[in-house]
Formats: sequence, C-alpha cells, structure tokens
Amino acid sequence: MNINATLIGQTIAFAVFVWFCMKYVWPPMMQALNDRQKKIADGLAAADRASTDLELAQQKAAGELREAKEQAQAIIEQANRRSVQIVEEAKNQAREEGERLKAAAQADIELEANRAREALRAQVAVLAVTGAEKILGQQIDQAANSKLIDQLAAEL
Amino acid sequence: MASENPTATEYIVHHLQNLTYGKLPEGFERYDGSIVTEPTWTIAHGAAEAKAMGFWAIHLDSMFWSILLGAIFVILFRSVAKKATSGVPGGLQNAIETVIEMVDGSVKDTFHGKSGLIAPLALTIFVWVFLMNLMDLVPVDWIPGLSALLGIPYMKVVPSTDPNITLGMSLSVFLLVIFYSIKIKGIGGFVGELTLHPFNSPNKVVQAILVPFNFLLEFVTLVAKPISLGLRLFGNMYAGELLFILIALIGYLQLPLHFGWAVFHILVITLQAYIFMTLTIVYLSMAHEDH
Repeated sequence: MNINATLIGQTIAFAVFVWFCMKYVWPPMMQALNDRQKKIADGLAAADRASTDLELAQQKAAGELREAKEQAQAIIEQANRRSVQIVEEAKNQAREEGERLKAAAQADIELEANRAREALRAQVAVLAVTGAEKILGQQIDQAANSKLIDQLAAEL
Repeated sequence: MASENPTATEYIVHHLQNLTYGKLPEGFERYDGSIVTEPTWTIAHGAAEAKAMGFWAIHLDSMFWSILLGAIFVILFRSVAKKATSGVPGGLQNAIETVIEMVDGSVKDTFHGKSGLIAPLALTIFVWVFLMNLMDLVPVDWIPGLSALLGIPYMKVVPSTDPNITLGMSLSVFLLVIFYSIKIKGIGGFVGELTLHPFNSPNKVVQAILVPFNFLLEFVTLVAKPISLGLRLFGNMYAGELLFILIALIGYLQLPLHFGWAVFHILVITLQAYIFMTLTIVYLSMAHEDH
C-alpha cells in the first residue's frame, strides 16, 4: 500500500487510453448515433408525409368516384331520353305509315267502287233498255233513244 | 504462497501484498535472512521490503491488470466503433451504445460548455474503473493461486484496490481541473477564485486581511477533491476485497456468503465507477464555470 511510481505509470496509461478513446472511439460512435437519430427523424417525417399524401389521394379518389357516378347518371338519363324519343319517333312513323296505308286502301276502295258503279251503270242502261223494249214490245230506235238512255245512265 | 499452511493473518497479508518491483538499498536484510550487499533491483517479498524500496518501485500486478483491462476497453470499443452503423445495431453495438448514451447523458446534464475531451474522458473512466472493479468478483484465490504455480509470489488482481491506481487517475483529473481553470478564467481568475471567496469585503484593506483565510479554505477544498475522489474508490474496493478474503477463510460456509456479498458487490462496483465518472464531470464543469 505504498505510494510509489505506479502512480506515474497509471497516470501515463490513463492519458494514453483517454487520448485513444477521444480520437478513435468517441467520434465514430457519436457519428453513428447522430446519423441514426437523423435517420429516425427523417423516417418519421416521411411517414407523416405519407399519411397526408394518403389522405389527399383518398379525397381525390372519392371526388373522382363521385364525378364518375354523376357522369354515369347523366349518360343514363340521356340514354333514357333518347330511347323515349326513338319510341316516339317509331310510333309517329308507324302512325303515319298506317294512315298512308289507310288512305291508299280507301283510294283503292273508291276506285273499285267507282269502277263497279261504272260497270253497274253500263249494265243498268242495258237492262233498262232491254226492260223498256220488253215493256214497249217494240223496237225502240236505238239511235233515237241512245241519247236519252245515256242521260239516264249518267243520272244513276 | 508465503508458507505451506499460512495462518489467517498470513493469508490476508499475502493477499493484500502487491507484486512490487524496485531497488533494495545496500545492507538491507531480506526475508530469508540474507543481507543485500549492493543495491539490487528485485521483487519485494513482504511489506517491509516493499516499503524499503521507496517511491521508485512499481506494482507490476496493478500495472499489468490495469493496462490489460484498459486495453480490453479500447480494443472492444474501437472494434465496435469501426463497424458502427447508423442502421439497425447488432447486440454488441447496442450494449456499447447504451453505455455511451448513458455517459453522454450524464455529461450533457452536468457540463454545459463545449469540450471534446470531457465526454471521452468520462467514458474511459467509467468503463475502465468498472472493469477494474469487476476483477473483484473473480474468486480471490484463482488468479493468485495460478500465478503461484507459475512462480509469481504475489498477485493482487483488483487494480482499484491499489491507491496508486485510483490516485493516479484522480490526480490526472485534478491536473485537468487546474488546466481548465487557468485556461478559462486566466491565472488571475483562478487565483482570485482561491483568495477572494468566500469572505470578501468592498474595503481593500479588509479584503487583504481576509485573503489568507480564504486561501486556506479554498486550497483545502481544491486539494480535497482529487484526494477524496481517489480514496473513495480505493476505500470501497479495498474494503470489498478484504471482505472477500475474510469470507474465503471460513471453509465451506463461504459459498452462500460469498455469493451474497458478490451480488451486493455488483452494485458497489457499478456505483463506484459511476460516482468516479460523475464527480470527474462535476469537477471539470466547475472548472469551466466563470464567476
């Protein structure tokens, strides 16, 4: 337990170890620790940013979805209107066609009726003359009476 | 071993004797009765011879273990520092970082100046003193017994039970305190701090009379710092070591006792290393404070 030169030896050893520690141990360790601290801070900031970004993206997505829905709605409405219009048009066309056909049929009928009337008139004239001949029992002068008979036939 | 079957006293004294290398003066009677005919460099046998060697002797065991443990500290920390990554740290790096952050936190709590020295100094002190104290947990007969087989008569394995070691460190700290006091405050500031407090007076004559008293008080305060710093560590570790030796004397009953004391001693070891470090930081930050 004497105080001796060990004191000096220990002082020198102490100085050497402290110097070594100061030069080669402390700076790289602190560097690593500070770097990690920065990394973690950056990571947290990035995570914050990412969550904000996500929120923005969600909002945007929701907006676009709504827009798309509105557009779809508009398209459907337009289609509905168009279909109604087409049906309307088809109805009108059909009606017109029907009327045209009806008119044609009526014209045909009239024509046929006129024709039949003409024919009947002609036959009635003949019948009337024949009947009159029979009744009169004599030959009526065809030529003298034809004017009268035509007149009669025109009156029928 | 001093003898084949040592008595309890011999056993204890033997365990507390450092392996001292020094010069024996002429005419000194050695342990075996022979007389030294001319001054001889040799290894001391027993306390009387170590004492006769005077100041210029060295404790080979303390120096060996102290430097070995210091080397373990720097090699371990350097190997981690070289591979230190700012990514995910491995197990060893994690452990070392924990120590470094603890030391860094202590330094930042106490010391508010800017110095590249204090934090590494505190780290060195903490880890080195911790390792030196840790040698106390090696059962007291293992290494001395092994070295006795190798022909080394004495082996004290706990460097911090040698006052030379603890005072060597505390005096280094003291030199740094004085260096920084003068560097920060100037010679005048440092002398003023020693002589103008705690008693002062606006009257110049009265102040001059008070100077010696102030100096006496402040000088004792100043010198008490390194002495108490070194002796506190030494005293704690020496007492712990002595208890281990005493426990080792009592036969088989020593096992539970030894275990109990060792568990308690883990606390002492860490605490003393921490106290030494913290006080170093405190003293150095006081040296940096300008009044």
